[in-house]
Amino acid sequence: MANVTLTINSEQVTVPAGTKVLDAAREAGFFIPTFCHDPEAPGYGGCRICVVNIKGARSLMASCVTEATNGMVVETESPDVVEARKTILELLLANHPTDCLTCDKNGDCKLQDYAYRYGVGSSGFGGEKHSYPVDNSNPYITRDLNKCILCGRCVRTCAQVEDRQVIDFAYRGFQTRVAPAMDTNLAESACVSCARCVAVCPVGALTYTNLSGKGRTYEIAKKQVTCSFCDAGCQFDLNYKGDKVIGVTAKAPGEGRPLCLKGRLGMELRYSDQPLTPMLKKDNEFVEVSWPEALELEDVLAKLKELEK
Amino acid sequence: MNNLNDLRTKCQEEYKQKLSRPRIVVGLGTCGIASGGAKVMEAIKEEVAARGLDIDIDFTSCIGMCYREPMVEVSLPGAASVVYGDIFPDKVAQLLESHVENKTPVYEWAAIQIPGEATPYEGIDIMEKAPYYEKQVRSVTSRLGRTNPESIGEYIATGGYEGLEKALGMERQAVIDEVKKSGLRGRGGGGFSTGMKWQFVYNAQGDKKYAVCNADEGDPGAFMDRSVLEGDPHAILEGMMIAGYAIGADEGCIYCRAEYPLAIRRLNLAIAKAEELGILGENILDTGFNFHIRIKAGAGAFVCGEETALLNSIEGQRGMPRVRPPFPANSGLWAKPTCLNNVESYANVPFILRNGSDWYTSMGTDKSKGSKVFCLTGKVNNTGLCEVPMGITLREVIFNIAGGIQDGGTFKAVQSGGPSGGCLPTSQLDLKIDYESLTAAGSMMGSGGLVVMDETTCMVDVAKFFLNFTQNESCGKCTPCREGTKRMLEILHRICDGQGVIEDLDTLDRLSTVITKSALCGLGQTCANPIISTMRYFRDEYMAHIVDKRCPAGVCAALLVYTVDAEKCTGCGACLRACPASAITGEKKQPHSIDPAACIKCGACITKCKFDAIYKA
Repeated sequence: MANVTLTINSEQVTVPAGTKVLDAAREAGFFIPTFCHDPEAPGYGGCRICVVNIKGARSLMASCVTEATNGMVVETESPDVVEARKTILELLLANHPTDCLTCDKNGDCKLQDYAYRYGVGSSGFGGEKHSYPVDNSNPYITRDLNKCILCGRCVRTCAQVEDRQVIDFAYRGFQTRVAPAMDTNLAESACVSCARCVAVCPVGALTYTNLSGKGRTYEIAKKQVTCSFCDAGCQFDLNYKGDKVIGVTAKAPGEGRPLCLKGRLGMELRYSDQPLTPMLKKDNEFVEVSWPEALELEDVLAKLKELEK
Repeated sequence: MNNLNDLRTKCQEEYKQKLSRPRIVVGLGTCGIASGGAKVMEAIKEEVAARGLDIDIDFTSCIGMCYREPMVEVSLPGAASVVYGDIFPDKVAQLLESHVENKTPVYEWAAIQIPGEATPYEGIDIMEKAPYYEKQVRSVTSRLGRTNPESIGEYIATGGYEGLEKALGMERQAVIDEVKKSGLRGRGGGGFSTGMKWQFVYNAQGDKKYAVCNADEGDPGAFMDRSVLEGDPHAILEGMMIAGYAIGADEGCIYCRAEYPLAIRRLNLAIAKAEELGILGENILDTGFNFHIRIKAGAGAFVCGEETALLNSIEGQRGMPRVRPPFPANSGLWAKPTCLNNVESYANVPFILRNGSDWYTSMGTDKSKGSKVFCLTGKVNNTGLCEVPMGITLREVIFNIAGGIQDGGTFKAVQSGGPSGGCLPTSQLDLKIDYESLTAAGSMMGSGGLVVMDETTCMVDVAKFFLNFTQNESCGKCTPCREGTKRMLEILHRICDGQGVIEDLDTLDRLSTVITKSALCGLGQTCANPIISTMRYFRDEYMAHIVDKRCPAGVCAALLVYTVDAEKCTGCGACLRACPASAITGEKKQPHSIDPAACIKCGACITKCKFDAIYKA
């Protein structure tokens, strides 16, 4: 494929045709923040934090969806770009709990990182904030919509799972939120707790319930493992606190139909030093059950016991 | 190619026959029906039967004078047709007796007359010379109020489908060239060259292409598209077919909001009749050109008027804009090259093909050719639909056509372009209406709604109204629009409630700039315009709210104090009884007084007072 040459922050950069400005800039070592950009599901362009100044363009352009062209002149941190990013961060913080002290995402949060980088301490706007009840109906995933910045990564990654597409945007304007069908909670939805959504959430809106309060992100060391349940080969992180594995989290989906429930929970069971008790949905509610019941081995075990006698 | 000559001759004869008979026609556009046209129709049918009159009863669409609906036209052979306004069922008997039985028009009810070849009546305005129509041109709206919109025969008899015939006899590129030469620009408000758009779709690679019509009219105060759809549905079909032929599409879709049931019904009828006559469907006029049109009813989200959100909605997805590029011309509906035009743009096309691009360019200004349909609403005397040549001034539209301000009031501002447009003050009244000058003045052409405001309108309140609209209609995809409009709206609420501080103006400025520059789609990029334009032209009004805690227009309730004028008050007690907050006290026949702390500023006392003794300031 042909190459194109563009200027980014006065530096000549040559990339293959079709490359997005974001990738070209990052390749050349320039920083551009992103919330909604997901390399696995590109082309969304919603959060606007990645806007850059492109000479001759009518407005600031979202670099994640703008193709690099020959002779393009890009500035990634011009005053108007910085102003826009600061304002966007301020707007997001105006509708965010900013409870970083107790947030499990603290230290691994894009909103926090960018606010730090651009010096946005708090929002001067004041005004209404969402006060949704936290959805902890699902035993594995905690969903706090008050922290959601509506980047839509969870929606897009969920849509990639065949036959699923459990969540989508609902309502309009300030009331827009991500919701399962009929705006129920996760437990009542068709969610199978694969946690792809948790893996891509850039803020603390989606977190692992079992890791809640278990440690700050900087106390936890991660070691990558590959799931061998099928040939997709999804990657997981073993979360070590000290020498104990306190949880297994999804890192990235592999090819095919990746990051399934079986893999996610199987890895947890295999590696975790504090595996969760199995839960089964009975009458639309999750209840703790024994391993034999979860694995539907009760009959077999009973027969074995008979034989032992 | 089969031409329509035989069919047209037959239709023309039938139409001539119809016009030669005595006729009474009721305006049954949505405006006519809303003001009681259907009941008038019933009354006419009963009265005609009761009197045993030999007269045809017919209906038509909106002729434009919505402020005179329900309208009824009486046409007798050899005499001028008279269009009456404000005809309610109780007037029907007298109308029939005088005009039909005694051949004498009821002069005081007459709005206009259309003499044709007959001698005009004295004392009734001839349509073309009437104040409402004098400055208008009628091309896109020429059939509105004149023909039966559900009759394909009348459409064909009045030159309908001639443009299609002509186009099908031309090379596809030649059709595009003709539209380019006409200078027609997107009538949805964007103002992009329609011919160029067609060229892009023509050039785009693809085995399948679509022509889509954007009939998701949603600006507050805009009803041009609805009127055209209801009054001349075949013109839209013909325009789409010409576009389809030119760009190489065989399928079209009209995205029409479900709140326009009459438009959808008439479109469906038009499609069925055109298919029946072989004008629409397979192998049209034996040329081998196939074209099918279907209707998609939209659920009423304003953002679906944005072209990429509209395409998402047709595909069954949530109406959220896509990033552009790729533009719909290259990757539109189902990722195929798609030509997306507004109702009025398509409606112009048959006229351009039939009369030639030269005819079209004879109207308008240097860069904005042809005519534009506007809706006149707000505090004007004549609210309704008008079609004017581009380049006409706002003053002519507001003071000549719309008849000036209601109740002798003073003009304050005109809002054009809906939530994306701006408010223009008196100093801009002589502005020539075209795309560039409206944009330069801080507003925009938009789809054609003109909301006129007088001195009782508070401009901060107007900005608040539009921001509330865009905030509710924001799709929620991009941060600046979703969160930014919310914060701007909150600031405007504060200012109107007397809680504003001077720094709020800087914040509004900053947010406006950032949102305009960084929002994803047209809705977000223009949502700050109502604020920008009112801050530009009416800054003193913002200052009055913030610094003096005063609303000069007397609109913002929190800033008003209701007071009783002791000299005028007779102590009748009407206000006291009307006050829901028991804030008014006073002895009988003694001047009353209002306790400002208890007053909830509902205005009930003012409405009840017969002596003008209560004022707000």
